[in-house]
Amino acid sequence: MNNDDKLILGGHEFESRFILGSGKYSLRLIEAAVQHAGAQIITLAVRRANTKEQESILDHIPQGVTLLPNTSGARTAQEAVRIARLARELGCGDFVKIEIMKDSKYLLPDNAETVKATEILAKEGFVVMPYMYPDLYTARDLVNAGAAAVMPLASPIGSNKGLATKDFIQILIDEIDLPIIVDAGIGRPSQACEAMEMGAAAVMANTALATAGDLPTMANAFRQAIEAGRSAYLAGLGRVITRGASASDPLTGFLRD
Amino acid sequence: MDNSFFVDSAHLSKEALEKKHRLENDPSFRKNHMEYLEGMEVLKSDICEKVMAQMKSYDYAKYTAKDVKAALEHETCTIEDFKALLSPAAEPFLEQMAQRARLETSKHFGNTVYIFTPLYIANYCENYCVYCGFNCYNDINRMKLNEQQIEHEMKVIADSGMEEILILTGESRAKSDVKYIGEACKLARKYFRMVGLEIYPVNTDEYKYLHECGADYVTVFQETYDSDRYEQLHLFGHKRVWPYRFDAQERAILGGMRGVAFSALLGLADFRKDALATAMHVYYLQRKYPHVEMSLSCPRLRPIKNNDTINPLEVHEKQLCQIICAYRIFLPYVGITVSSRESARFRNGIVKIAATKISAGVSTGIGDHESKYTGKEADAPEGDEQFEIDDGRSLGTMYKDIEGEGLQPVLNDYLYV
Repeated sequence: MNNDDKLILGGHEFESRFILGSGKYSLRLIEAAVQHAGAQIITLAVRRANTKEQESILDHIPQGVTLLPNTSGARTAQEAVRIARLARELGCGDFVKIEIMKDSKYLLPDNAETVKATEILAKEGFVVMPYMYPDLYTARDLVNAGAAAVMPLASPIGSNKGLATKDFIQILIDEIDLPIIVDAGIGRPSQACEAMEMGAAAVMANTALATAGDLPTMANAFRQAIEAGRSAYLAGLGRVITRGASASDPLTGFLRD
Repeated sequence: MDNSFFVDSAHLSKEALEKKHRLENDPSFRKNHMEYLEGMEVLKSDICEKVMAQMKSYDYAKYTAKDVKAALEHETCTIEDFKALLSPAAEPFLEQMAQRARLETSKHFGNTVYIFTPLYIANYCENYCVYCGFNCYNDINRMKLNEQQIEHEMKVIADSGMEEILILTGESRAKSDVKYIGEACKLARKYFRMVGLEIYPVNTDEYKYLHECGADYVTVFQETYDSDRYEQLHLFGHKRVWPYRFDAQERAILGGMRGVAFSALLGLADFRKDALATAMHVYYLQRKYPHVEMSLSCPRLRPIKNNDTINPLEVHEKQLCQIICAYRIFLPYVGITVSSRESARFRNGIVKIAATKISAGVSTGIGDHESKYTGKEADAPEGDEQFEIDDGRSLGTMYKDIEGEGLQPVLNDYLYV
């Protein structure tokens, strides 16, 4: 892997392109997960961090790992802003992943509120990483609002269904000049690899690991898949023939001058 | 064994006994349970009609093994699938249902199990609900904690490490008014991250007030969705008004509460129909208010003081497990609470399948946390309990036991915003 290939978020450089979730599994597995994933960024729900000393998730995060607190539980931009500020007060740093959901069933992000919260928090100096439904107009609005990256969902959160929104994520990768980090719904290492081959800057996963038989081993599998996908992207994928055969005589061979 | 609910206390006056017997034996002496009392807000809502239509048309005998197998194969569980999973035809498929339920639980909640504890602050009650230990004719020690006592109880509970509390009262507006409950909520916010309420149903503006005082989750048990059966069990008092109770969750949502919880008390009526109606109540309200968090409880009838014969009839553990699995498969995103009415063995098993929340360090009595938690002799009077609990594990023991099952105990996952 090219050593100069860095993920840059709000001026911070990262070598790893695997963002690890910390929910849905035992706190004592976090350290092993980080290690096997080779992750340098780990998300955590502020609502889980806002707890008494007995089980604070913050105590389980290894030194040197960048925290990416999320605003889960927020239903409006205002609530997300309040949670982000609380995260900063709790000592979680300046990174924030905006999650605004007005639907308790599918937990789909509210793009309009997400843009509003991004604008406010970017102005306050946060490194804002908004979780969003992959929509080009929203992505452009997020760029203008000061986001450090755009985090489109691959499929409904927790579903492990993979790249259901693949074509729309590709549009964001092609059109948006910010890192596109594929978030939510990635269920297998092969899907993470595919997202990276497409040109995603990073992949975030949580449930796929939490529900795996052996979490650290799965974290390792994801790390390898993400690295492979990144290498493939940088190498430039070979031609893929999707329909019919390639004519050996060029169709334009008749042209003379 | 049929339930015999009627117990006469030797302490009742002749007049009181006469009234009690008349309420029990003469339906014409009882108020119309479908008619609102003065001061009760009438909500214009179509939810009740929808739920009742589903419940009334539910003929669980018509479902076959084929329907159950098809339901288990479908990726999304439809209402028809849910009806099949609740039917007697699904009983032989309990293990497959549990496997599926476990998968859904892990997708939405991972391996987390939330822990909370209830705090009863008063047991006065103005209602005659024949199965309940707090009913106004039952001879028990009545008590209402004052603010100092409430705070003392909260300190004892908070010192044990608990971060989520559910405040309960008997259903007496006269003894435990909304302001009194509001003050308890304000105190609770000092000691706990999450404050829930399980009190008598109130109007939207009162829910709004309680929300401002710090409560953010409202639990109301409908007891039974069969209004005719409800009438035979809730003979006297404001609780008798069935439709006002039905709309409580919707008023709580309109009052700004983050979440609402639902339940039928299994064993009071046809449990399959009650389980269906409870889930449909959640389903339709979720469609109307998609931002709200919803959860389900699954209590079975328990013995009470002065009547140890009360039991959940045909709702055995297998049936309860079937209901919980069906709930999970149909409503994968909702929280499911299993109370200390159930045994430690059952609760240890069900958290591995579908339940996401359990209570620990439980007392359903009044003002007795210190004596129960420390074993210290009580130096103040204590109020009697609403029902007998089965699982008396402390928070510490529960925490260790959950970890021992390979699950992750969670004391708080909540922010008041």
